[in-house]
This record gives sequence, structure tokens and C-alpha cells, in this order.
Amino acid sequence: MSNATSHAAEGPGCAPIAFLPPRPDVLARRDEIMAALTELVSAGGVVRAPLALKPFETDAFVAYRQPPLAVVLPQTTAEVSAVLAYCHSARVPVVARGAGTSLSGGAIPQADAVVLGLSRMNRILEIDLENRTARVEAGVTNLSISEKVAAQGFFYAPDPSSQLACTIGGNIAMNSGGAHCLKYGVTTNNLLGVTLVLIDGTVVTLGGKHLDAGGYDLLGLVCGAEGQLGVVTEAVVRLIARPEGARPVLFGFDSSEEAGACVADIIAAGIIPVAIEFMDRPAIAICEAFAKAGYPLDVAALLIVEVEGAEAEMAAMLAEIVTIARRHGVRTVRESQSATEAALIWKGRKSAFGATGRIADYICMDGTVPLSQLPYVLKRTGEICAGFGLEVANVFHAGDGNMHPLILFNANDPAEAAKAEAAGNEILKLCVEAGGCLTGEHGVGLEKRDLMRFQYSEAELAQQMAVRAAFDPLWLLNPSKVFPLEGRPA
Amino acid sequence: MQTFFTPAQRADPALAESEAILRRCVHCGFCTATCPTYVTLGNELDSPRGRIYLIKDMLENDRPATAEVVTHLDRCLSCLACTTTCPSGVDYMHLIDHARMHVEKTYARPLPDRAIRALLARILPYPARFRLALSLARIGRPLAPLFERIAPLRPLAAMLRLAPKGRPAAAPSDVSAKPLASSAAGSKRAIPYGNSTPASLSAAGAEAAPPARRVAILRGCAQRVLDPGIDAAARRLLSRLGIALVDVPGEGCCGALVHHMGREEEALGFARRNVDLWTARIAAGGLDAILVTTSGCGTTLKDYGHMLKRDPAYAEKAARVSALARDITEYLAECDLPALPARGLTVAYHAACSLQHWQKVTLAPKRLLAAAGFSVREPAEGHLCCGSAGTYNILQPEISAALQARKVSNIEATRADLVCAGNIGCLTQIGAATSLPVVHTVELLDWAYGGPVPARLAASARFAAAE
Repeated sequence: MSNATSHAAEGPGCAPIAFLPPRPDVLARRDEIMAALTELVSAGGVVRAPLALKPFETDAFVAYRQPPLAVVLPQTTAEVSAVLAYCHSARVPVVARGAGTSLSGGAIPQADAVVLGLSRMNRILEIDLENRTARVEAGVTNLSISEKVAAQGFFYAPDPSSQLACTIGGNIAMNSGGAHCLKYGVTTNNLLGVTLVLIDGTVVTLGGKHLDAGGYDLLGLVCGAEGQLGVVTEAVVRLIARPEGARPVLFGFDSSEEAGACVADIIAAGIIPVAIEFMDRPAIAICEAFAKAGYPLDVAALLIVEVEGAEAEMAAMLAEIVTIARRHGVRTVRESQSATEAALIWKGRKSAFGATGRIADYICMDGTVPLSQLPYVLKRTGEICAGFGLEVANVFHAGDGNMHPLILFNANDPAEAAKAEAAGNEILKLCVEAGGCLTGEHGVGLEKRDLMRFQYSEAELAQQMAVRAAFDPLWLLNPSKVFPLEGRPA
Repeated sequence: MQTFFTPAQRADPALAESEAILRRCVHCGFCTATCPTYVTLGNELDSPRGRIYLIKDMLENDRPATAEVVTHLDRCLSCLACTTTCPSGVDYMHLIDHARMHVEKTYARPLPDRAIRALLARILPYPARFRLALSLARIGRPLAPLFERIAPLRPLAAMLRLAPKGRPAAAPSDVSAKPLASSAAGSKRAIPYGNSTPASLSAAGAEAAPPARRVAILRGCAQRVLDPGIDAAARRLLSRLGIALVDVPGEGCCGALVHHMGREEEALGFARRNVDLWTARIAAGGLDAILVTTSGCGTTLKDYGHMLKRDPAYAEKAARVSALARDITEYLAECDLPALPARGLTVAYHAACSLQHWQKVTLAPKRLLAAAGFSVREPAEGHLCCGSAGTYNILQPEISAALQARKVSNIEATRADLVCAGNIGCLTQIGAATSLPVVHTVELLDWAYGGPVPARLAASARFAAAE
């Protein structure tokens, strides 16, 4: 009864995203592959029963689903290497998976693929405060690094909203960002080294505890490669000293456009707070219902601006921001009064996507636009969704122009689901047309794959595919993702 | 998430309810991070999201439970850390309850598993049987290493190891009428104390008390055998506060033990009996609250209204009982206990899952302890279960032991003088793995406000001196 792939597109929607057709020879060798994998990893490391494979059929891009051939859960880099070497020799596709929190379907498998789950590789291997680095296994969650060094006054800066659950391996694959990346940069700016296992099982290390690696910036290439160049099993990340103080401040506006224009002016004035987050009215209501953070419910748009540093530094920056906000008709300004209140403000913001589940199903867009375009893109986003008869909630990293419209729909209504997808595609095209790009931090994955031609020319795509093929000539690693299925090398 | 139920399936209220729960889940995966079994085993199938998926598939297809599915559902502690974490408000508790009933109905467990479960269901809820079983366990303890070596018998080994080594401490008989320590100057309301209110009023006596101050304490089952001192402490403290204690003879196990094994009819039987008794008591003169000193049971009492909502004869009565159920610390937090000077003792407060995740009672116990002069420390990873979880430490000894070790190491890292918690399961589980004294929150409160030193502390000169 439950379908294996996506909902059927009905009505005014768009064609569902296709998976690569499974290789019949791989499907036919299922038992043999399973037996071989069982030899390569420690006990309990292979999931084989068809019913048990189902929970691995999707990630947080839950509209698309496809159970894999098998799931393997290695515990060491050596086991990962053995599994990849085997899959390479047996010509079996491999999809790496961290916590399965991808919003673009990065961890969604395909019928002939082995899911390589890194969730058992969840050890923090070394904290080196002298060099301000942490060496961790790929399955370590983002937040647990910061928790580990909190008592010593340090943290790991990139903070995707799913940081409680998402893993460093997945963060590297998608070059993840987060609210505080405005000041500290995204994953690639905080990654110093990786242990990477290539598809033939070769283990290489790139970078280390130092800032620059010799030769080509291969680390820069691997970060954001969506699991197509190799599988990261360990990472060395940078630790940053906590500022003396940090204070989120809530700015309420009467319109999204005013809030958007305020953001553009703050950045244009050369002010870089730690974070500028945007929520519109529906998003405020959703987040307040979960976190009870005391967000103003009587405004049309809210900015969470966080300043940090010494008291005087925070006060000075805040004064400048308030002046700019006044010019844009800010209606309420509220500084958080305690650490508890600050924590609630962030809890609400970071739970926004999940909390949306209280009122509807959603798909989350990830387009990024130049800041001057924010007001226009916000307005058009609303119009596009209204055109499809759908509601939208906007909650995003305004400071770096990384939009996250949440298109609300009813997943049990296939026609509405198809409309939501079509609206999403329109919004992403809008972002590209406005001078931005398809993805700020969630990755292309499955979700945006077929839109890549809106952003890149054939020549650009061919060059990117050539880089990919240099690492994985057989296209075995996460093959259904990133590049449109048509026009790939034979 | 999209669901696939037929109109016929939706006509079944239980399935319709489960579908509504499933529809809320957006598969974001946040719950994996705080799930003790996912953190321990690193497998999606042992996470709440994975189990939700297994349950969804089983219910949608009306499929009998398979061994593989049962393995992963059985590993769920029902700690509900996932519901604290879940941003979209997925009611995992009632979904897993439904799944357990489905397993019980459609799956034939291997004989040893079935036997152990039947044994637990026939012994634990009945104090006389449980007391006898504990005596036998003391004799049988040397057999534990033998059972340990035979996989299907490992639960027996776990049972023997968990049985308290000495005889259960008898309830201290003296009901101290010592007045509350008198630093009540800043307190909002005068505390009635010193007039030696009897520990327990007869039903007739209770009629005389003002209705707003008349409470019953759930006597329950296992706790009164394992540690009768806990309820004795609660009774002394409440009495000194001038609160009338109403006895409800015949009341017993709340049904949680069998409920969590999916034995629904048995669970509802316990629930109906208790609901009848309390309803009669309410009719006979009112009841301000039904207090619970075992938070695991408190959760079940608070859920009676839900458990019996489709039973027309009981729905209303059960809802009334649930509305009256309160954890002892919830109730005491409203009694304006006076602040006492610091006692120089640090207490590691272990938040029982049933209190923090089910009942969301998080601040009251810590505030009460702090007001009573204890310095409260909170162990790291406080959201993680200690591995007790009802009969879990017997049925899943390996995972339980891993969680127990993790919990005790976090507790000991606080360097506190003693440990306290509000649930007998946690007290037993933690107490079995640490040399620190482990006591119930209400025992410390009773002690601070004029009661005797708790039995588990009395042996130590240090605590006796602190009195």
C-alpha cells in the first residue's frame, strides 16, 4: 500500500523527481552482497530485513522515499574502507548517511544502493585546546562538540538548526551553515582537516591542525561535495573562544518588506552582528507555540539580531542597529534579559522547521539572494505561493540572504503536494534570477537536482561532473544526486 | 508525514488516533539525538524516528509484528526524552502504547521471553507475591552468574542482581511530631505544625478536615515492598503540614507494569479498580489530590483518562481521577514550605524520566530541595534514562547496564554527597551501581522539616551528624 517513491504528480504540479533506475545485476546479487558486507563489519552492523530497511528510505526531505538494498553501520575507518573497496569491486552504489536530517534528500538511498551509516562512529577523539581544534568521528553530532568544550569556554561555530542531531560528516557533505555563520563562516571556514575514504577504499588525510594545507585546496573541494567524492570518517574542526557576552535582541516590524530592508541596511552599513534571523507572522506563531520564548505575536515580521562581546561593545553595536531599525519603522525592540530567555529565543528559532509539523506538512527551500533583493524576493515568494493556493512561513538567515520559505501543504493530498513542489521550484528559480543561488546550506541533493540547469550552463555542469568523476569514475557514490540525470557522461 | 490508511482503518478510533500522531511527525530526526538507545546503539531502528517508521508500516499494512520489529520496539525505554525534544509535538507515548498492544496481539514471543513476562506480570503488581519473590531471590542470588551465561535466562540473572541485598527497610514506625524548623519568617502562609496531626486519619476523621486539604497517597505495589520508608516519609511530612491523609483500602498497582508490556486488558483492570475506589472516596467527601511518590505510577494515573476514554462507563470517572493525580513534589511545591538555612550537604538530583519527560515536573523537586537547605547539583546528560524503566532492566539487561554505568558516572562526576530521585525504579537502578547513598526526594524533605534521618543515610555518621 505505501508507495516506494514519491507521491504521484497530479493537477497543476510538476513531474516527481526521478531516481536512477536500479541496476538489475546489483538487485539480483542482493544476498551475495549482504553476505560479503556481514564479513566486513562488526556484529550487528548490517541491516538486512526488508521491513527494517524501510526506516532508512528517507531523511528530512520526507516527500521522497526509496528503501535501499542494505544498510551497513561500520564502527571504524578501516571498516568503512573495507566496505567501500568491496562496493567498488562489486559495482554497488553507496549512499553515506549521518543522522538523516538532510532537507534536500542528501541521504535518501536508491533501490540498488548500500546505505553507509556513520551513526556508530560517534566518538570525540581529541580536544586540543592549545591549538583550538577538535578531532572527531564523522557521526559526532554538531552540538556535542560545543557541549564537550563549553566548560573550557570554547565552541564550534557553525550551528545548523538541526545541530542537536545532525552530524559533522553530514555538515561537511553539505557545507552546512547556521544562524551564527554570519560572523563565523560556514563549515568550510571552520574545517581544518578530514580523513576521507575514496570509493576504492583508499584512506587519505587532507589538512590537519594547521590553517593551510599544501597543494590544491582539496579540503575545500570535499566540503560541500554531498558524499560524491568520498566518505569522510574523521574531521579536525576549529574551536572558537566564547565571547564575554552574547545577547539576542528582538526587532518587530509591521511588514516583511520593512524587516528585509532593515537587514540590507545593517549589512550595507558595515555592521556584522553574530546573527540576523528573520521570521514572518506564521513562523513567529509556530515557533512561539513550541518554545514559548515570548516572541511578539502582534508584528508582521521579526528579526532576531544577536550581538556579542564586552558589554560596551554590545551596547555600541546595538545602538547603531536600533538607529537603522528606526529608519525602517521598527515597532518593538526587546533585549533578552537573561541567559534562560536567550536560550528560549534560540530554541524557538532552531526548532522552527520541526515545529511547523504542528500545523502542516512542509517543504523547506534554501535559496540565497543578494541582500538588496530580500524585500523583493520575500514579496514574490508570497505571491508565488498564493498563486498555488498555498500558505508559506518564512524563517531564515537574513544576514547572509539565505532564505528558507516553508511551503505548507497536506502530504495526504497528492495534488497539493505536487503544487507545493511546483511552488518551491518557482521560488528557487526566482532566487537564481535575483542574482542568488539554489542552495545556501542544505545542499542540492535530490530536491534541487533538476533545477541545476537554471543556475549552470552545460559547460559549467560538465566541468563539475569531470571533477566528480576524477574521484569516482564509476559514479558509485550517491549517484542519484546533484547532477541532472540527463546529460551525464555515459 | 504522509500516511496510508484506508477509510476502513480510519473508522477504528485507535488507528485514527495513531494516524493523527503520525501525521505530526515531519521526520526531522531531532529525537534521535536525545534517545538513550540511539545514543548507545547508533542504529536508526533504535531511535524514536526509526520506531515510528516501523510502527507506521506495521499499522498501515495491518501486518502482524515480526521478530525484527519487536526487537527494536522492545528496546524502547518509554523514557519519552523524544517527546521533550520533538518540536512538532508527536505524541510518541500513545503511539508506542498502541504498537505494544499490536505486538501483544499479533506476535508469539519465544517461550522463555513469554515466561519471564508472565512471571513479572503475575508477581510485581502484587506486594505479597513480590515480597515472597524477593526472599527467594536472596536465596537464589548465587545462581545469577549461571543464568548470565544462557542468553534466554539473562533476565533472571538481572532480576536476582536487582533484588535488594538486605531485607527491605521497615518503615520507621515513629511519626515524628517534631515541629518544622522555624525560619518561616518570609513565608507567605503560616505552616500549621506542632499540633501533632495523626499520620493517617480514618475515613471518618477525614470528613472533618477541610476538603481542600484532604489527599490520598497511592500505595501502589512494588515500592511499598522495596522501600516502605518513602511513603512513611511523605505521610509524616504531609501530616505535619496539617494535610489530612485519606486511606483508600484495596487500592493497588496502577497498571503501569503490565501496560508497558502491552497487556492492555490487565492494565485496564488495575485502572478500573483504582478508579472505582477513588471515585467512591471522592463521593464520600471529596479528595483534594491523589499523590504519587513513584513518578512512573504517577504518569499512568495521569493517563487513566486517556486509557479509559473509550469506555463509556469509566471515561468520565477516569478523567476525574487523572485530574486529581499529582506528584508529591508538585503538591509540596504549593504548600509554601519555609526556606531553611544551608545544611552543607550537596545532593545530585536525578530527574526520573517519568517526571521530567512524561509529567514535565522539572523545577519543583529542585526548588523544594534548595529551599530545604540542600545544595542541588544536576548531573550532565540529565535527559538520559538510567536504564531502569519499569521492567526494562530485567528484560533488556545489556542496554540497561550501559545506561546505568553512564548515568552513575555522570552522577558521581558531580561529587555530590548523596543522590536523590522521585522514582523507586531509578533509586534501585542507581543504588545498585554506586556507593553513594540514594534516597527519595520526599525522604530528604521530611528529614529537613523535622522528620528522622532517612534509613539509607542513618548508617553514616556524617549524615547523622548533619541532622
